[in-house]
Amino acid sequence: MITLAHFIVLGAVLFCISVAGIFINRKNIIILLMAIELMLLSVNMNFVAFSRYLGDASGQVFVFFILTVAAAESAIGLAILVVLFRNRATINVGEIDTLKG
Amino acid sequence: MELTWNLGLFYAFATVLVIAALGVISVKNSVHAALLLVLCFFTTAALWLLMQAEFLAIALVLVYVGAVMVLFLFVVMMLDINTEPMREGFIRYLPIGIGVALVMLAEMVGLMGVKSLATPPPLDPAGASNTVWLGNALFRNFLLPFETAAVILTVAVIAAIMLTLRKRENTKYQNPSRQVAVKASERVRIVKMQSATKEAAP
Repeated sequence: MITLAHFIVLGAVLFCISVAGIFINRKNIIILLMAIELMLLSVNMNFVAFSRYLGDASGQVFVFFILTVAAAESAIGLAILVVLFRNRATINVGEIDTLKG
Repeated sequence: MELTWNLGLFYAFATVLVIAALGVISVKNSVHAALLLVLCFFTTAALWLLMQAEFLAIALVLVYVGAVMVLFLFVVMMLDINTEPMREGFIRYLPIGIGVALVMLAEMVGLMGVKSLATPPPLDPAGASNTVWLGNALFRNFLLPFETAAVILTVAVIAAIMLTLRKRENTKYQNPSRQVAVKASERVRIVKMQSATKEAAP
């Protein structure tokens, strides 16, 4: 029988993998965006699991909204990426230093 | 705890999911990373089906695999990226990345208390549909957030178009509003003139 702990631990493992992905792929924005999507996925997994095991529909409704916002976020993020590539001909984080921050 | 069919499926899907996620963050080619992410989403949809969250599983496949990942693939293939300089620092940050991830994992699993969460799922009421359940909650208790989500999506569409739309110099383009507003009198000029006779013609 699958218990709640199975899904929660799986979500934690997924979250940690995506944190490691953000650390080791610091230069590639596309992989960074993918790691963020993976992170949102692990959070969604927790929401669905708690919703199912506590019998409360609010968790799944929240996942619905997270999916909406994540889709909007990736669309705008990729649009910014395309504009950035058009203006600078690179998406390497190391070369994007116009703001001199 | 005996190994039931469901539990076996869970472990199989979880293994595929973790391996695919590790692949997403470690492969060299961005297209391969995007395809592995598609595998991640699909496997997660299967796991959600095991939790009887049918609506969200199908929505995940439709929204993510069908739309967001196709967008990712378009962008990855459209931008001509030299990945070699972007791999620098991969080895340098590998130990700290793995270290942070492992510490976080230990902390999270420790905080959860795996034993205390070992609850079996509640029994389904007979004839319950996940979609009906979710729809009742969504349209009864969360109607305003639902409408706000629609506004957010509209804003995102407009923002994405405004960001990527560009006007090139010296290009000829049509103005649809002027095309629609045009009247026949502006295009055809009717001229009254004498008809030509045989004697007048040379």
